[in-house]
Amino acid sequence: MKVSEIMKVLEAELIYGEEFLDRDVISACGSDMMSDVLAYVKEQAVLLTGLVNPQVVRTAEMMDMKCIVFVRGKKPDESMIELAKENGIPLLRTKREMFTSCGILYENGLRGGGHPYNG
Amino acid sequence: MSEVIKQHYIVDGTDFTRAGEASGKIKKTLKDIGFPPQAVRNTAIAVYEAEINLVIHAGGGEIDVEITPEYVKVVLTDHGPGIENVELAMQEGYSTAPDRIRALGFGAGMGLPNIKKYSDEMDIQTELGVGTVMTLKINA
Repeated sequence: MKVSEIMKVLEAELIYGEEFLDRDVISACGSDMMSDVLAYVKEQAVLLTGLVNPQVVRTAEMMDMKCIVFVRGKKPDESMIELAKENGIPLLRTKREMFTSCGILYENGLRGGGHPYNG
Repeated sequence: MSEVIKQHYIVDGTDFTRAGEASGKIKKTLKDIGFPPQAVRNTAIAVYEAEINLVIHAGGGEIDVEITPEYVKVVLTDHGPGIENVELAMQEGYSTAPDRIRALGFGAGMGLPNIKKYSDEMDIQTELGVGTVMTLKINA
């Protein structure tokens, strides 16, 4: 699934990263707990979160994640956008809440990956 | 890459928003010199969790890095309160982090277990009231 498709199905707004819309994403992780995100490496993953602080972008950076979606209309601040630019990570923002956002992506074929119970 | 690269970082214990800067720089160094991608990621995650710990628990500290073609060794030194029960701290879900840290997305009790998981070797020397020295080794 491409970043542009994630944007479309979540009716998300692009905050940063037009040049990365063609990037392929093959797994997903939804959490506000960054330590839980760091526990399982997922390949080419998108991170969905309602947490807004620079550590969200840092976590995605360390995990080589391909995209971040802020749910419930959460808005990253300038320092987070700067950090995303430095690391080439596109940022999206959807008004949908976490559960619904994850459900929509699952319905569109994305899976958890990484974690042993995710199949 | 044949030479040994050494780096030293000081981690500010007062600014949570900057935690992870050193880890980011270490990751970039490893990537630039062509360290194997999986080892780069494992190192980044382990050091990032450890750096977060320095800020959350120890009021900051120092990070020394040694990179050779075979491995990367990272030593994190702090003068914080020390870890009372290392065995307990190594259990998933055990955390002494305050609620304000949890609100920031950490303190789920996954830090030390994650560090162990992503490192090939992990050693903790700690003394109450004196501080903690954590040594990590990740093979190329």
